[in-house]
Amino acid sequence: MMRAGVVVFPGSRDDRDALRAVELMGAEPVRIWHRDEDLGGADAVIVPGGFSFGDHLRCGALAALSPAMAAVRAHAEAGGPVLGVCNGFQVLTEAGLLPGILRPNASLRFRCHDAPLVVERESAWLPGAGAGDRLTIPIKHHDGGWFAPPEQVAELERRGQVLLRYAQNPNGSVGSIACVTNERGNVAGLMPHPEHAVDELLGSADGRVLLQGLLDLAGAPVAA
Amino acid sequence: MKVTVTVRPREGILDPQGEALRRSLTGLGYDVTDVRAGKVFDLELEAADEADARRIADEISERVLSNPLIEDYQVGA
Repeated sequence: MMRAGVVVFPGSRDDRDALRAVELMGAEPVRIWHRDEDLGGADAVIVPGGFSFGDHLRCGALAALSPAMAAVRAHAEAGGPVLGVCNGFQVLTEAGLLPGILRPNASLRFRCHDAPLVVERESAWLPGAGAGDRLTIPIKHHDGGWFAPPEQVAELERRGQVLLRYAQNPNGSVGSIACVTNERGNVAGLMPHPEHAVDELLGSADGRVLLQGLLDLAGAPVAA
Repeated sequence: MKVTVTVRPREGILDPQGEALRRSLTGLGYDVTDVRAGKVFDLELEAADEADARRIADEISERVLSNPLIEDYQVGA
């Protein structure tokens, strides 16, 4: 059975939802404590949402320095898939595993609502979805404005590292970009919460697409 | 040895916190046209001499205290 690890920092909030979500998807959930130096045999890793280390200094900056993140980096460098959600996205950008940085929402308001997302391109991360398709996944954040310098954004677009855009930009993200990957394509991050959208009963099951992508990639690691 | 590091938003980078402050100050009747909000860190560290302290503070500033995508840092008051 596929083992899906979820990294837990002091201040993580969505680790239990993430563990439950991967279990619903048929994977064995593995809890990884931030002080752990290995991933407990996880084939795929989720860095979950929350307020790791109180969001001190910059969101995700201190979590990026933890021993578990060194193990996540090694896993990613070996081609293993990593998905960062919300604070997890911030952690991955601060760790240098994903491009850009998340800044305070342009409105300086906390946004908490369903976010319609437009699929930019076909990707192993979005099995079954094609360009122009819509996914509805909730957001809940204050610091979700993704930023990178214009020349870097152009490079990411050219290389196909943009997977999702907001249908209506909720936070001032450059180019309405909602989800980016690393150059190799095995690390992805987004502010919306796929783990909160795994059941129609809760409003949407569209989050399953990304979680399925994560598990698919674990079965077929991305070559360098 | 004590070293002070100042971190500021880079020029041209939108600073929502500074902008919110500017609006509030304008509301109080102050004629402030721009506010940029940064951070100051006072580090107490072990170092051989001032140059060594500066080198360590530089390294810490680059690795941890600032994110070069959006911030500049300055070592020394």
